[in-house]
This record gives sequence, structure tokens and C-alpha cells, in this order.
Amino acid sequence: MSDATISQSYEPGTHPDLPPPLLERGLIFWVRKNLLSSWYNVTLTILGVWFLWTIVPPLYDWMFADAVVNAEDRTECQSLGDGACWAFIHERFKIFIYGFYPEPERWRAILAFGLMFVALGPLLFDNFPYRGKAMLFSLAYPFIAAWLLLGGLGLTPVGTDQFGGMLLNVIVGVTGIAFSLPIGIVLALGRASELPAVRIICVTFIEFIRGVPLITLLFVASTMLSYFLPPGTSFDLLMRVLIMVTLFASGYMAEVVRGGLQAIPRGQFEAADSMGLKYWQSMRRIVLPQALKISIPGIVNTFIGLFKDTTLVIVIGLLDMLGMGRASLADAKWAGLSSEVYISIAVFFFICCFSMSRYSLYLESKLETEHKS
Amino acid sequence: MASIDTPSPSARSGSGERNILARLWYEKETRGVILQILTVVLLFAFIAYITLNAIANLALLGKTFSFDFLSEPSHYDINQTLIEYTSKSTHFRAGLVGILNTLLVAICGIILATILGFILGVLRLSPNWLVSKMVYCFVEFTRNVPVLLHILLIHGFVVHMLPKPRAAQEWANLADLVFFTNRGVFAPMPLLGDRFSWVATAFLVAVVGSFIFARWAKKHQAATGQHLPVVLINLGAIAALPALAYLLAGSPVGWDIPALKGFNFRGGFVIRPEFLALWLALSLYTSAFIAEIVRAGIEAVSKGQWEASSALGVSRGRTLSLIIIPQAMRVIVPPLTSQYLNLTKNSSLAIAIGYMDIVATVGGITLMQTGKEMETMIIVILFYLGVSLFISAIMNWYNNRIKLVER
Repeated sequence: MSDATISQSYEPGTHPDLPPPLLERGLIFWVRKNLLSSWYNVTLTILGVWFLWTIVPPLYDWMFADAVVNAEDRTECQSLGDGACWAFIHERFKIFIYGFYPEPERWRAILAFGLMFVALGPLLFDNFPYRGKAMLFSLAYPFIAAWLLLGGLGLTPVGTDQFGGMLLNVIVGVTGIAFSLPIGIVLALGRASELPAVRIICVTFIEFIRGVPLITLLFVASTMLSYFLPPGTSFDLLMRVLIMVTLFASGYMAEVVRGGLQAIPRGQFEAADSMGLKYWQSMRRIVLPQALKISIPGIVNTFIGLFKDTTLVIVIGLLDMLGMGRASLADAKWAGLSSEVYISIAVFFFICCFSMSRYSLYLESKLETEHKS
Repeated sequence: MASIDTPSPSARSGSGERNILARLWYEKETRGVILQILTVVLLFAFIAYITLNAIANLALLGKTFSFDFLSEPSHYDINQTLIEYTSKSTHFRAGLVGILNTLLVAICGIILATILGFILGVLRLSPNWLVSKMVYCFVEFTRNVPVLLHILLIHGFVVHMLPKPRAAQEWANLADLVFFTNRGVFAPMPLLGDRFSWVATAFLVAVVGSFIFARWAKKHQAATGQHLPVVLINLGAIAALPALAYLLAGSPVGWDIPALKGFNFRGGFVIRPEFLALWLALSLYTSAFIAEIVRAGIEAVSKGQWEASSALGVSRGRTLSLIIIPQAMRVIVPPLTSQYLNLTKNSSLAIAIGYMDIVATVGGITLMQTGKEMETMIIVILFYLGVSLFISAIMNWYNNRIKLVER
């Protein structure tokens, strides 16, 4: 600023609008406010920059700059660069996705996966075209998907022991959530019931499920469940796992739905009663539509948790994505690449779960505004 | 609820008597009773059905249902034992070792996860943009990856990236006392002498004295308004008294320092790689969730509390510790409880890397050796239920203590 502008005088009300001083705007202001506002802030910034400086460049070199994407085996990888050996993942990619699902039938898995989103559409969006009819498809979807994946009725049958990789994670996760929702709703209603015997049974079941790790339930599925069936009957391991995972998820689902039920004002129940609606009528037409709508973010979060937990099936010998990864580590040609395998699977799960959690946050904010208006 | 189904007696008499069963069904209270009886009968029928099936199946396989195997020798070794155990010990003792190992990793994990989680949660709210964003990235990445993957990744890191004992002697050590190797972390082990009880007594006295002093100081402040530096004095006392006793007793603690013998370190105190990996993985994973809970809790305290406190001239640190955190704790504690429970339950993943917890001992090797699927799984399930109930009970008690007392 020159002296001229300082000494200049103005008539009241004629002073020209000036931009804020340089220190109060733009990048400098932002840096001063957010990074250097006090001495401990400066310390934190320095520590942060130092931390990033030590972590990021070597990680970048390892993951991208020195990484090898195309190679025949580990030794070739090492000769081409000293970073990560993505060639291994590249070669095994399809195994990680489909497991041992037979190659010519893989279109069925893709179709079933694609149809899942068609089936989800009418459930998630109110303005879905022809929602009523599309809902019927959503209801039929589990059977269509089972037919596509398992075969029979004109399609080549595929045994469940050939399921694996990401396919298995998705099957276990989606089945668990889809079937646990109705069970969870019934349990939540039972927990809120006025009948003490029903309430006690539901509370006991929910607390039992939530108090026990999924791993023990999976062990029960693999070792003990067949004892409780009539002698001579036995069924598929995957089926047993799906039953246990569904029961497990329904305990958590019941708590999510209970949260939704508790958020419904008392007046809604009373209004339904005074209209002369029976219990199931008032639940189906008045209470549950509102309660479930509030619970959607919670349901998505439960799904995220369950989807991560589907990796636990490896402890009873099913080969999901992580199981395929671990099994492929035994290949002598590619020995010692555990970091590459685990990191790529971690990135896969991160992308899936992070995007779902963003979606659930978006839903939450959307529902919130709807309540305020 | 369905009051319309119950016509008044006068209306009913006009339309003719219904039979007694229908009348009972249309009465709200009796219907409730009937429904409950039906539910209970169905439940017991189901339980009876699966029990009969189980008995028939067991008989077919020639197995019996008994817990006698617990007193038989186990014939297997466990690599980490907190109590004395050999392969000649009983299955019961093996189970006890497993339970202690589970509790050890759960308690260590809860402590580390709480500390890390609170630090991360506070840093996430830091006015420093860079640190806040870094914590955000860490939290989101950590909690969106399955915990099993964390365990395997960290275990892989410990086993493959840390040096072999011989190399660790060269560079991966702290002052030639602590060694980081792929066979675990070796640290000096204190050998307690006879007069160590002096130090322990001094420590106890200091802790009890600190409590009494803190209570007195609180009363003193309430009465006179004088604030004493309680934390500094107490920390000083807790450090100084045992130190004094240590000197008076003539240094009663010897150190067993690990030394390289052959291919591995001998002596000292060892943290095995399985424990290390499980502990770190569970703590990191849970700390990400705790960080989010702490952040939400602090954000739930209204901004007016900060402003009122700063208007009274209270410093930022004391505002946080005296005004914000106590109020935030009410929001934080319930979800924190479920994170503790999750950590304890997730510790069952130990089996994936060979840490011998209860699932790996009783539910794993004992099950394979004795073929007692039913009995072993019942033990494991009852143990976890017990731990869950215990943690919930403690946290409920704590939650009741810090709850807002309303008139």
C-alpha cells in the first residue's frame, strides 16, 4: 500500500469497497488458519508432514513406480523391478473373483450379480418405474439367483463346492442380509411385544446371537448342526453356513429394526389402534413402513459388517476371496507374495465397504431433511 | 390392541352365543395367554425334537454326551501359556490356558484400542486440517477392511519383514535390551528379589494415598475455591514413593536380559508374533471405530459449552477434560461397550494365525482329538456368553454412574 491511499480522505459513504487484507483471504489465510494457528498446531503440521514424507514416497514406489504388472513368475518379477509384484494378482484375478466356478458358466454368475441390482432398485428408490411389479421380481430374485448359480432345469448343474472367491463373499453376504431382514423384523416385533413369553424368547435369542462370535457359530455349522437333524439326513456345508450366517445377521438386524420401532412416536401406534386396525394390520400399514425407512442406513451398516465378516468362512475351509488368496500363496512359482495378495484384497473390500458406507451416510442425510420438512 | 374384536356383551347377546373357544380367542387377554402358551409349547417341541435327534445321532455314532474328557491328558503343546502347562496336562487345563490367552489379548486389546481411539478421535476434530484429514483416511481405511485381513496382514508383516534373530542383534534392537525379531519381541524380564514387596507396598500406599488426596482436594476446592495441582502431585507421589522404597530396599529387582544363543534369543520376556499380530490388528481395527464414537460424542456436546467455558476464562485443555469429556462420555459409553464386546469376540479369529485362544484349544485341537463336537462347542459358547454378559454388566454399572442425574 502506498502513502497516497492512506492519507486519502473520503466523504462519509463514498469509501470504495476494498478486498480484505491479504492475510485474511486466499491460500495464505487458509494455511495460517488451518495449519499454523498456534504453536502446537505448527508442531502437529510438522509431525504430519514428516509422517507423510516417510510413508507415502516409499509406498508409492512400491505400489506403482517399481511395481511389475506383467511377468511369468516371481523371479521374473524380481528381475523387472523391486516393487510389488502385481503380475501374480493379474494372473489369479479370475480365480479370486469366481473361485472354481466352471469357466463356460461364469456368465451366469455375472447375470445373477447384475440382476441383483435390478432387484434392489425398487426396494431402495421410491420413484422406480412400475415399482409394484418390479417388487414382485425382487421377491422372486433369490430363487432366480439360486437357479442361475446352481443350475438344473436346463442349465448345467454346478456344485456348491465349486463356489469361491468374491462370488462366495457376495452370496453369503447377500443371502444373509436378505433372509435375515424378515427374521429380524419378527424378532424386533417380538422384543417389543406385550406378551412376556414371546418377549423373553426373542430377547434370549437376540442376546445369545450377539454374545457369541460368528466363528463359533460357523464351527457349530460345520461340526455340530447335523446332529440336530433327523438321523441320516445331511446337507451341503454352504447351505449350513448360509443358515448360520442368516441367524447371526438376524440378531443384529433385530436390533436395527428395534431402533427404528423405538423412533416411531407412540401416537402412531395409538392412532392405528383407535382406527380399529388389528395388530398385524397396524404393523404392516402404519408402523413398519415408517420404522423400516428409518432403519435403512442401519441395515446398510449391518450389511457392511456382515460383508466383511464373510471372510471368516475360511476358518471352516470354504475358499472365499481371502481363502483363494491364501491358497494361492502356496504356489511355489509365486512364493512369498503375501503382502501383494492381502493388500489387493484389502483394497477390494475397502472400495466396496467405503462406497456402501458413503451411500448409507447419504441416505441418513436425505432421511433427516425429510423429517425436518 | 385389537379392541374392536371384542364386542360388548349386549351386542353379542343379540347375534347369538358363539362357542366358548371362539369367545376366548376374541378376548384380548385370554388370546394373549393362548398365544404365549402356543409359543412356549412350540419352542419346547422344537427343543425336544432336536434333542431327540441329537440323542439318536450320538447313539448311531456310538458317542456319549459327557464332559469326562476334560480330566483326560490333552497330548498337545501350547506355544503361549500363562499358567504351567505341558502336553501331559488335562484338557481342562488346556481350556483354562486358552481362556487366559483369550482374556489376555482381549484386555490388552481393549486398553490399547481405547487409548489409540481417544487420541485419534480428538485428533480428528483438531483444527489442524492436515492431521484431521490424515486421521480420517486412517479411520476409513481401517474400518472398511475385514479384521481378519488386518490380522493376516500384520502377522505377515511381523513374520516376513522383521529380521531373523541374528540380524536383529545387529540393528532391530533398543539399547541392546529389546529385540524385534520374526520370532517375537524379546524384552528384559524383571526378576523380583525378596524385598520387592517393599516396592509393591509403597506403590499401593501411593495409589491409595492419591485417591484420598484427590477426594480431599475436591472437598477443599468446593469449600475454599482453591485449586491444587492434584494430578501432578499424585503422579509425583506414585512415581517417587516406589522409587524411594526401591533404593531403601537396595535395588531388589534383577533383570533377565535376552541373549542370542544359537538361532534364537534365550531368556527374558517374549511377546510371540501371533500375540503381537492379533493384539495390534484388533487394537487398530477397534480404535478406528472408537475414534468415530469419540468424535461423535464430542460433537454431541453443544458448542455453547465451549463458549461458556471460554467466557469464564477456562483454558482449552481444562475445558476439554473438565467440561466436554465428562458430558461426551454419556454419549460415548454405550457404543464403546459394544466395541469392547466386538473386540473380545473378534479375538476368536486368533485361530487363523495359530494363537492358542479358547477356540483354538478347546474348540480346535481338543475337538479334533476327542471328537466331542457338542461338548466342546457348548464350553466355547458359554465362555463367550459369560464374557459378554460380564462386560455389559460392568459397562452398565459405569453408565449408570455417569448418567445425567435429573431432578
